[in-house]
This record gives sequence, C-alpha cells and structure tokens, in this order.
Amino acid sequence: MVEFRMPSLGADMEAGTLVEWLVKPGDRVKRGDVVAVVETQKGAIEIEIFETGEIEQILVDLGAKVPVGTPLAEIRTDKEEVKAGMVARPAREALEVAASVPITAPPGAVPPAAPVPLPLSAGRVQASPAARQFAQIHDVDLASITGTGPAGAIVREDVERKHAAVVRPIEKKRALGLDLDAMRGAIAAAMARSKREIPHYYLEHQVDVTPCEAWLARTNATRPPESRLLMGAVAMKAVALAAHRFPAFNGFYLDEKFEPSSAVHVGMAIAIRGGGLAAPAIHDANRLSCDALMASMRDLVARMRSGRIRSSEIADATITVSSLGERGVEALYGIIYPPQVAIVGVGKVVARPWIVDDAIVPRSIVTITLSGDHRVSDGHAGALFLAEIGKLLQEPDQL
Amino acid sequence: MSDLDIGAVLREELGNIAPEIDMNSVDPSADLREALDIDSMDFLNFITAIHQRLGVSIPEIDYPKLMTLDGAVSYLKTKLR
Repeated sequence: MVEFRMPSLGADMEAGTLVEWLVKPGDRVKRGDVVAVVETQKGAIEIEIFETGEIEQILVDLGAKVPVGTPLAEIRTDKEEVKAGMVARPAREALEVAASVPITAPPGAVPPAAPVPLPLSAGRVQASPAARQFAQIHDVDLASITGTGPAGAIVREDVERKHAAVVRPIEKKRALGLDLDAMRGAIAAAMARSKREIPHYYLEHQVDVTPCEAWLARTNATRPPESRLLMGAVAMKAVALAAHRFPAFNGFYLDEKFEPSSAVHVGMAIAIRGGGLAAPAIHDANRLSCDALMASMRDLVARMRSGRIRSSEIADATITVSSLGERGVEALYGIIYPPQVAIVGVGKVVARPWIVDDAIVPRSIVTITLSGDHRVSDGHAGALFLAEIGKLLQEPDQL
Repeated sequence: MSDLDIGAVLREELGNIAPEIDMNSVDPSADLREALDIDSMDFLNFITAIHQRLGVSIPEIDYPKLMTLDGAVSYLKTKLR
C-alpha cells in the first residue's frame, strides 16, 4: 500500500484544501493522472499521481484543508498485487520491490515533497515527548504551533488542538478561485526567505535582437495568428538551451548543497490579472521547438488565469524566466524562487543607437539580467551564461 | 456586418481576455494595451479570436491599426466589405 500525500507545490505552500476528487475507491490510476483538485494560495491546482495501481481508500474529505505531507489516499500498486500473488519470493527480489515502492516521482523529476526544506526552526522547537509523538503520528508541523507549556514548550494538548483545527472539514465548499491576499502573503513569505537565505548577485547584458525581430517578422508573415511566434518564446528557448549548457544555474539548492538538474523545466513568471504572480514550469523547454514552446506558453497562461494548473507544473521549475513585456521596463532584476538558484529577467525591446561595423545604426536592444545564487555560482560563470543566451539569440532560426 | 456588430464581437473577445474590466466603460479611442493592461500574448490571443470569429487574417504589420476599439472596428469594416 502506498500513501498518496498532499504534495508541496513550492516554497510558499504550507497547506491545501481538497476541493474535488476525480477518483473513487476501486478506480484504476496510472502515473501522471490528475486525481484531485486542491486549492492553494496559487488557485486551484490539479494534482497528479505518481503511482500506477488502484485507489484503495480516500482519506481526506472534500473541503478539508490539510498540511503538506498529509496522506490523501491509499493506493494498491501493481507491484503489490504481483507480490501478493506469489509465495516465498527470493529475498533479493523482495528487497527490490520494497526499495521501489517509496519512489513516488519519475526518475529525473523532483519528488513533490522535496523542494521545500524543513523550516529552520523545526529542529529547535521545544516540545514534550508526548507532543512530538502525537505530532508525528498525525503529521502535525510542530513549528506551526505556539506552545502553552513551561517556557512556551509545546505540550500534547497544543498539538491535539492544532490537529483538530486542521482536519475539521470547513463548513461548505468554497468557490474555486484565487484569494489574492493569501497569494500576496505566500509570495511575500517566499521572497523574504529568498532574500534572507540566498546571497544574490546581479548581472545585466544587452543583446541586439534585430536578427530575431527580422526572423520573427518573416516567419509570422505567412502564418495565421494561431501559429505565430512571440519574442518571448524565442527568448525562453535561448534561456533553456543556455541553462542546459550551464548546469550551475539549473537545479535546486537543498540541504546545504546544490543539486543540478539534468532536465530543464523553465518556470514562466505569469502575472495574474488583479494582482499576484505564479511561475509554472514548461517541462523540458530546451528540447521543445520554438513552435511547441510557444504553444505551451499560450496554454500555460490560459490555464494559469483560469486556475487550472497541474501540480507537476507548479512544483518543479528548475530555473525561472521573468519578463515584464513590451510595456514594462528595460531591465528587471528578479528575486530567486527557492530552492532554485537563478532567475533570468527579460526587459522590453527598445530601439537604440548601436555600433555595427564602425557605423552608428538603429537596432533593437533587449536587456537580459541574471540574479544568481552565490552559494552555487559567481559573476564570471554568470557572465558566460548571459553571453550564451545573447549568442543564441543571434541565430533564431537555429533555435 | 454593422459597426455595432463588429464592436460587440470585439468587446466580447476582449472581455474573455480581461474579464474583470467593464468593456462598456472602455474609451473607444484608448490604447487597448494600456486600458486593459494586456501584453503581447493577450493581444495575439485577441487577433487569433478575431481571425476565428470573423475569418479576417490580420498580418502583424497591421497590428498598430487595431490598438484601439475605434481603429479595430474601422479596420475590420474595410476587410469585411
């Protein structure tokens, strides 16, 4: 039996409210299926499962708000069915089965719960042994509790009270949608943590994108609107390719060390109408054609705004690109979204006098910035990374 | 198709892109990108929707003519004639 747990959907998520179950006991599920919809500060998110098997039991009712890590359902995996049907399996094979069961994410992907390190205070919380035991059994985060015992220590009653408050289903199903105040709070918490923990350095690089603009104009001239490309898609592709070549900017800083990612999942910062921001990932962006990337970006923007983003998209970006678009500013310096280690900013394209072959000519210039994590890289590597993006943008037809 | 009908289609499609804005309160001569706070992808979606609804393909070079509601109505009127 495998427990399907409330996934962590980023550094700023603590809990989610179960608003829709798309499966019931007895249903067959396979890895990647959307099985539930959870409402978070980022809006409603479709939660995918990483197991293949049969839903045995649903553990959390509709409307319940539960912390990250809470078991939501029990799944009988196919491996277990095979196992149950055999007798006296050799020890080695049994071990392999046991070892394979806890893996809840596909190889190469980050397990849903991994990106969020425990709060720093977790190890220092004063709590009685009984309180700790109850908290462990019921999956209650001690760091979220104010103790009423001696010197503010947490006693069992405190944990029980918290547990009751968390698991009691809310009275009626809330409408799907964004709570922008909650989202602002979540962004503030994640960014404050980033500024506190990550020693940022900042670089900027001006890139002549005249060749890109000309190529886009030529390419789009013969296309219907639905298959036209935007500069944003070309820039996204260039960043994804550069991130693949410069692994120090692509991955996660977890448990005091950097883990580069072989996959490039580029988070695309999307402004939500009315306020707020989220950065769902475009998976394997370096391997997508500009056309496929553009289609993904359109789809992601549309689903982000209608509140239908999938859990894997919100949780596993390995680097983020932020762009304020054509009415934005010339340069923006992003704040790294933990546990990522880099964010690339793309400013608006502006006409500037430029020197080409000893002559001053008008060219289209875009300022690309990097906010990098000094624990992982430095300005020298960052400059090479930005230069690579600039170089890639000189030959858009090769992207 | 009358100016009124074209205007109604445009308001409807812009309403899908910026649902929180009352389209009737938008100044027909205002720059849509600023009045509705829409970016290049929103604008492309708007052009795509017009193409699908009215069968008019709008080349990129003509985008500036559709930056206001009034401009878009007169542009499409010519195209639909």
